Amino acid sequence: MKQIGRIYLLVVLFFLYTPIVVMMAMGFNESQLYELPFTFSFRWYDALLGNKQLLTAGMNSIIIAVITSVLATSLGTLAATALARRTFRGKSLLQLLLLPPIAIPWLITGTAMLVFFYWSGIGRGMHALLIGHVALAIPYVVLVVGTGFKTIRADLEEAAMSLGSTPIHAFFSVTLPLLYPSILGAALFAFAVSLDQFVISYFLATPGYSTLPVQIYSAIRKGFTPEINAISTLLLLGSMTVILIFARFAKPGDTSDKR
Amino acid sequence: MRSDALLNEAVRGPSGPRKHRMLPSWVATTALLLPTYAWLTLAVLLPLLTMFVFSFMSATPMGKAPITFTLKHYRAFVDQPYLLNIGWTSLVIGFWTTLLCAIFGFLAAVALARATVGRMRETLLILILLPFWTNGLVRVFSWTMVLRENGFLDNVLHMVFADAGSISFLYTRYAIVLGLVHGYLPYMILTCYIALVTIDDAIIEAAASLGARWWTILFRILIPMAAPGLISGAVLTFVPVIGSFMEPRILGGKVGVTMGTVIEDQFTQAFNWPLGAALSFTLLAVVLAIFATFSGVLRRGAAA
Repeated sequence: MKQIGRIYLLVVLFFLYTPIVVMMAMGFNESQLYELPFTFSFRWYDALLGNKQLLTAGMNSIIIAVITSVLATSLGTLAATALARRTFRGKSLLQLLLLPPIAIPWLITGTAMLVFFYWSGIGRGMHALLIGHVALAIPYVVLVVGTGFKTIRADLEEAAMSLGSTPIHAFFSVTLPLLYPSILGAALFAFAVSLDQFVISYFLATPGYSTLPVQIYSAIRKGFTPEINAISTLLLLGSMTVILIFARFAKPGDTSDKR
Repeated sequence: MRSDALLNEAVRGPSGPRKHRMLPSWVATTALLLPTYAWLTLAVLLPLLTMFVFSFMSATPMGKAPITFTLKHYRAFVDQPYLLNIGWTSLVIGFWTTLLCAIFGFLAAVALARATVGRMRETLLILILLPFWTNGLVRVFSWTMVLRENGFLDNVLHMVFADAGSISFLYTRYAIVLGLVHGYLPYMILTCYIALVTIDDAIIEAAASLGARWWTILFRILIPMAAPGLISGAVLTFVPVIGSFMEPRILGGKVGVTMGTVIEDQFTQAFNWPLGAALSFTLLAVVLAIFATFSGVLRRGAAA
């Protein structure tokens, strides 16, 4: 019985990874029409180096992801502090308000942003993308940092304050160092959310300013070449790395009491 | 417990905490919360509100045409019966995706919880979840490499049966469902797994020692006890799937017309924003109804 279970898990992994591996392999295949037999070549990676449009979009994606990560982590950590350590009325309503960016299909959120940003004069482009990405990442940050707070005892901060520390000093010298792994994990997570975000970016990008997923989408629809496989491979490996580092920093199941 | 009480007493001391010039507590709380909620208001709540207003407008307020308010866009399903077909297609795709995810995901979660331990389980779980956090668009694109004529699938087939025809089914509804199952299966495995690991081994051992066969254990113990995980997984699969648009476009080609692609078209091709907005809110109503129906289960799932 156990043997069957393990074999079944291998089948599931095979299903999950086959298309990804095939896609990656085709980026190293000489033929432009994805014809087999397979001939190894760096041709498409070379072509990629000359493709200004894709490279610029890739750079945009990284810049947006970095700024999103910094902003969402700062704002989200402040909110998580209030939600975890303070009691006030309407707390559950505020927690509920974190859900729409996660729970409402991105198609609806994205088109709503498009309508509002157009109507209010905010417009589209880099700033619009940033506003959207940060909003999507904030709930995840609050979630990850909030989980981190649960592992830290509140009385440590109180002890520091009773010994003469100001609340701000106590937060920075006691709580923050203990919270550091969660915050770093949240920042990585926000980075990955932004880097892989397609739907929101698709509606807020302009012809002159777009991100990598938006460029990949238009390339797929126009008819694609193995260059798209090459850049997709890089994007996939990039976000897999970030997520693996995240898994290392913010162990989701780790509830050990940090003192 | 005792040491905590002692600590607290020592902390407070006979004279209580030392006095600081402190701002009232609500000021600090507001200062901590304001940036986040101001941002969410600007980026999510106001847009949804604006789109709600737009959904009642007679036309997109771009030209000089006078704008009047109307309910006609919410009548779209009556006025344009082809939308009913498209809505039905979306529901069918959502239903099959959710059902297949539930069956294969639940079995994988059972295998993970019952047939693996320690390091191996941890590694398998990470490997299963890893694709979920990578670019969905790229994963959908990957399937075209497998399913296209003379693609990976055809080549594997020809290795076995040299002169078989093509079994390529790219640009069909099967391809759409396959791509969506690939996208959401990891999530279903995770929610079911979380529910399954809380089941006490002793219950299953007791059942087995009393002569229960594996299907009895599966249908009488595992499925009922893991139902919350199964239901929250199903909700969290069905909701994004009925709003999906890039999967039907890329894997469905001409047959890939769903509510998602119709809404996308209103905003990017047809520029009928009010109709797009009304369709979005119809979709949102469906989503909220699903959430409301299962909110109890979801809350328990979130607490676990």
